[in-house]
Amino acid sequence: MIAIIKYNAGNIKSVENALLRLGRDCVVTDDEAEIRGASHVIFPGVGEARSAMQYLRERRLDKLIKDLKQPVLGICLGQQLMCTHSEENDTECLGIFDSLVKKFPPKDKVPHMGWNDFTEVKGTLFKGFSPTDDVYFVHSYYAEICADTTAACDYVLPFSAGLQKDNFYATQFHPEKSAKAGEVILRNFLNIKRTGI
Amino acid sequence: MLKKRIIPCLDIQNGRTVKGINFEGIRDAGDPIELAKRYVLEGADELVFLDITATIEKRKTLSALVTRIAAEINIPFTVGGGISTLEDAAAMIRAGADKVSINSAAVKRPELLSEIANEFGSQCVVLAIDTKKEGDTWWTYVHGGRTKTDKKTLDWAKEGEKLGAGEILLTSMNSDGTKTGFSLDVTEMVSAAVGIPVIASGGAGSMEHFKDVFTKTEASAGLAASIFHYEEIAIPDLKNYLTNQNIPTRINN
Repeated sequence: MIAIIKYNAGNIKSVENALLRLGRDCVVTDDEAEIRGASHVIFPGVGEARSAMQYLRERRLDKLIKDLKQPVLGICLGQQLMCTHSEENDTECLGIFDSLVKKFPPKDKVPHMGWNDFTEVKGTLFKGFSPTDDVYFVHSYYAEICADTTAACDYVLPFSAGLQKDNFYATQFHPEKSAKAGEVILRNFLNIKRTGI
Repeated sequence: MLKKRIIPCLDIQNGRTVKGINFEGIRDAGDPIELAKRYVLEGADELVFLDITATIEKRKTLSALVTRIAAEINIPFTVGGGISTLEDAAAMIRAGADKVSINSAAVKRPELLSEIANEFGSQCVVLAIDTKKEGDTWWTYVHGGRTKTDKKTLDWAKEGEKLGAGEILLTSMNSDGTKTGFSLDVTEMVSAAVGIPVIASGGAGSMEHFKDVFTKTEASAGLAASIFHYEEIAIPDLKNYLTNQNIPTRINN
């Protein structure tokens, strides 16, 4: 069973729909036992960083997420919350990825909205992917390039479109809204097996 | 590179897709779900569903239809028509809409844009502006283009951005349904003045019209209805044409 973490974020329904289209069962939950017992965990998100982190802390989901051993996929705000700190309302985040989240300077349209490709893709999540494949982004804040970056995109400046560390994976773009390219990402994630403990 | 978006618009009335000419003379154009699926296969970058009867009849957009759309399609879509409260917007978003488009209700009560943005983020708030040129000035109209307001379109677009809109859907009533091309002047005026993306709408009749709007204005997307509904222009052909004109588009993958 795949668990989608239930919290005060906007696009949870879209992730659920995408998994159903792939023929996979999933449950939207904030129950600790259910999340710990899932084969894969998806941490979605559209929303604002500070209120999202506050919500997670109040329900002790922050500690739970960091402690998970199965493959975890953060999406959009989910990716940003897995970094160390976000400029959005000066928010301390989960600190899984060693990257800072900053706001795009107003040199071009913000939010960065629409289909964009990559300057670099690597790693399990992007298996079968080419840098010229387009995926759907919509965000005003970005994670800086860091040692955990697996996909880089260039909009105003280079930023992390994908991150990975141990069992934690993340995308700034929305695979659940990225047509066939997004389905490849989701399938790749669901094919990752839990390792270690 | 960020791609220019091609967005088919499906006007919905009583659960069917319809298309009017200059906001009047409605014709049936098919089942919205079937059309939506066809557009996705052809490479549409987003979809917009507007319930064109909603505001006038004070009817709520059908969340049941939105639920069906969300289950079937794997690209972002916007829902508009009759969304007049935070609760209306929340119902659409919970049903699976990625964005809500607000038109008349935002003119009546501009704070609505902020309320939705604060709750769900600016990225899901589309300010739809119907605009009409009189003399040298573009004015904002509401109620499906029937009622003139005292808002100049440029001022209203800037105000909407400040209030929290994440995108502007700008429809030229002068061009809508005419197939004579997008209104480049108002599209450029608004897209150059705001920091958020602008979707150009109204008047697309040929592939050249899309080239013009993407080369002569800062529009991020072009929206059209009848030319796609009636298969006068196929989306893959349009994208190939734009690619050959050095305009970046997503080639279906």
